[in-house]
Amino acid sequence: MRKKKTKPPQDGFSRRDFLKGAGITVSTSLLPMPGTAAARPEGSSEVLGPNPVPITLSINGAARSLKVEPRVTLLDALRNQLDITGAKKVCDRGVCGACTVILDGRAVYACNVLAVEAEGHKIETIEGLGTEEHLHPVMAAFVDNDAQQCGFCTPGFVVACKAFLDKHPNPTLADVEHGLGGNLCRCGTYAGVREAVLEAAKTLKGGHANG
Amino acid sequence: MASCKYDWPPPGERSLIGKRIKRLDGPEKASGRAKYTYDINPSGLLFAKIYRSPCAHAKITGIDTSEAEKMPGVKTVLAVMGVGDETHWVGDEIVCVAAESEEIATDALSKIKVQFQELPFFVNEENLDQAGDHAKPASTKTKGDASKAFSDPDVVTSEGYYGIAAITHCCLEAHGNVAQWTGNNLLTHSSTQNVPGLPSQFGDSLRKQGVDVSDKNVETICNYIGGGFGSKFGTDEWGIHVAQLAHKAGRPVKLMLERDMELEGAGARPSAFANIKVAAQKDGTLVAWDSKSWGSGGFPGAGMPPLPYVLTGIPNITTQHTSISTNAGPARAWRAPDHPQAAALTLCALDDLAAKLNMDPIEFLSKNADLSARGNVYREEMKIGAQLSDWQKNWHPRGDKTSGTVKRGMGVSIHTWGGAGHPSSCGVNIYPDGSVEVNMGSQDLGTGTRTVIGIVAAETFGLPLEAVKVNIGDSKYPADSASGGSTTVGGVSASTRRGSVDARDQLFEVVAPSLGVKPEQLVAVGGYIQAKDDPSKKLSWKEACAKLQVKPIQALGRNLPRGMSPCKLNDSGVGGCTIADVSVDTETGLIKINKMVAVQDCGLIIDLKTAESQCYGALIMGVTYALFEEKIMDRITGRMLNNNMEFYKLAGIGDVGDLVVHMMTGPGYDERGTIGLGEPPVISPGAAISNAVANAIGVRVPTIPLTPDKVLAALEKGGMA
Ligand code: FES
Ligand code: FES
Repeated sequence: MRKKKTKPPQDGFSRRDFLKGAGITVSTSLLPMPGTAAARPEGSSEVLGPNPVPITLSINGAARSLKVEPRVTLLDALRNQLDITGAKKVCDRGVCGACTVILDGRAVYACNVLAVEAEGHKIETIEGLGTEEHLHPVMAAFVDNDAQQCGFCTPGFVVACKAFLDKHPNPTLADVEHGLGGNLCRCGTYAGVREAVLEAAKTLKGGHANG
Repeated sequence: MASCKYDWPPPGERSLIGKRIKRLDGPEKASGRAKYTYDINPSGLLFAKIYRSPCAHAKITGIDTSEAEKMPGVKTVLAVMGVGDETHWVGDEIVCVAAESEEIATDALSKIKVQFQELPFFVNEENLDQAGDHAKPASTKTKGDASKAFSDPDVVTSEGYYGIAAITHCCLEAHGNVAQWTGNNLLTHSSTQNVPGLPSQFGDSLRKQGVDVSDKNVETICNYIGGGFGSKFGTDEWGIHVAQLAHKAGRPVKLMLERDMELEGAGARPSAFANIKVAAQKDGTLVAWDSKSWGSGGFPGAGMPPLPYVLTGIPNITTQHTSISTNAGPARAWRAPDHPQAAALTLCALDDLAAKLNMDPIEFLSKNADLSARGNVYREEMKIGAQLSDWQKNWHPRGDKTSGTVKRGMGVSIHTWGGAGHPSSCGVNIYPDGSVEVNMGSQDLGTGTRTVIGIVAAETFGLPLEAVKVNIGDSKYPADSASGGSTTVGGVSASTRRGSVDARDQLFEVVAPSLGVKPEQLVAVGGYIQAKDDPSKKLSWKEACAKLQVKPIQALGRNLPRGMSPCKLNDSGVGGCTIADVSVDTETGLIKINKMVAVQDCGLIIDLKTAESQCYGALIMGVTYALFEEKIMDRITGRMLNNNMEFYKLAGIGDVGDLVVHMMTGPGYDERGTIGLGEPPVISPGAAISNAVANAIGVRVPTIPLTPDKVLAALEKGGMA
């Protein structure tokens, strides 16, 4: 059995199908973060939607304002409204990791997070980690080790790998296989990915900028 | 063979070809900047969704889209089936909707009302007896006298039932297009393996729908594609529909398939099942084959594995194949069409015979290898594979006799593929400022095509790879062909070489007078144009190009069909072997891959790094279909039960074991020129893993995928449980 590196997002985060088309209730104070399972205080809630609501998201250090229906995922908001397309939509239900972004330092599946619930949190996408001219060490390691073929799973892998190495700077191969078990690749790049993660771990320890 | 000016440079004179070179588009992909079709968001974009048949087989008796049409934000509704039409599988498209957002389009689907009259359907083809008139005889073959050969009292015969389930392509980027019209001009961004072929497909189909457009007014772009594997050669009906929606709406429209549709309807690799009887003399010499096979890829049926596989020279053969039409989404080419199935059926049956003969399967296959087209290649490859897998140490006769509940086993399989280069043209431009551009209407599926083109051009000009700008992925460039059947590297490497040599020779003509030598005395190496015999007579590439003044060089290279050119830049026909080392938990039925070894030839290798990646990827895809993949169809409802990625499982990074790849290079391979590699290494892993499992537990698990329930059932029936 494969294990995901983060706990499945809790509370409202994974219930979007249930909520589809209906107004939903969220806390007016700080939103529950994945894994923290902050209980919503009774009576301190308001109903959002179903019509689009204005929100401001902090993405790669910049504030971006937009209007979304409450049922819209962070992934769809990024891709369809903000044209931030590095995170990919593949399974759209928290299995493949192609949509991985970093939320307050933790890797999450952007397809399992509602955009409205990401408000107030720090969102980092692949675009924030580096550019093709200035590759993040993880990106460089993916290029060096040919850890990509079609490349569709790659941004998700790179982001997941960055978050993983932040928490596990000295991984063993077994750690890598466990820690990146929540990302899938159809072309079969795992051999390169294994090498890339270990190489990136070394480079990052060598004092290169991380993130 | 007469030499030819386009010939590949000899081994000692290559600076890039054959080295491990990082793919050209690596940084763009790894940084998330590569734009796939799914990522194209032109302004004013509408999103389209499809209302699909919930019935496996039904006649439409009513369609009402009026409520959907009235919804705010819905721009266009297009019924693509009408009353009286029949749907043939769950997922058949009936109505398309384009709306301002994905959410509105989704809501609109729920407002569409379609009435069906349900009709009988059939979705489980493994049971041939129940197929009735869904089954059609597809082929028979007779050679020698098989029944006589089987009746010889001195032969050893093995009989068994084997099979491999239908699987899907499961491209991570779903099929789809973004269509945009400007007047009568259509621009499509398409997730396609066939950039040069799509404009005429769009033109043809759209004209049939009454849309006034000529092929030359259609441009297709695909700079990046998130997987194809044989499933993305056509516009598909949904491609035509999105172009129609965009035409009607006067706005760009994007339609990417949902994951369920992607798995149900965007491609299946046909299943194959067979009762096989095979016989050899006591020394292992194969003498007879008999197979009754059947299979289906869905509606309207397809797939015919070439049996017996690889060892086609068996003297006495009878085969009979039945094709079954099921009410499931249609079959498409899947990496090495029909070959993984043929390998699974043949190499498993042969492995059982080897076990019955008490022979090591590598020895058995080596002995019979001359029944194939390339016996020596297989023997050499299996020898290397045996070394890399520690075969001598790890292989044992059938059934791991050590104590403990986890059993270990080794298995082998061999395969073959063609891979001749497809027709290709390549535009090569050298500019007075020294820049070089290579333009080709081709596509890079992640196989490394872009990189290969760049390497060939750079090698020819004596330049570093970065000095060449490779433009592909747009039908406006000189046409290559569809990327399928491992034909791309042969085609693009030859057309690029020819175009680059012609362009280089034109440059030699221009600069020769200033160096005081004849053009034929010049060479392009290390960034210089210099006299072959007198390197002091030289100009840097930039200085040389400056002599062009204002007139760039433009050359067009073509890969000519075989036999039309004296130059042997590419070839066809490869062998390959895969060895699997597995452990099987006899209590849970779980299989763990310890190690996979691939040994593969593909002629001259342009980029060793991306070539190896193809093989690693093939091993991993092979592990996936051997252990996990199956399109599970529900007999009662006709639906695909695992139309999502939780239950249509792909192997994860921890599932694949150690991976070892060995490419055959050097004399004997090198001089053949380039040969495609996408298909061959993916053919054998299923059979190799099944054979390794049989070697471990002492009994055959008859059908692939080798899921725990089947392993336990096989153990129950006759193994070591
Ligand atoms: S698209 Fe989000 S996990 Fe697959
Ligand atoms: S590289 Fe194609 S899906 Fe991973």
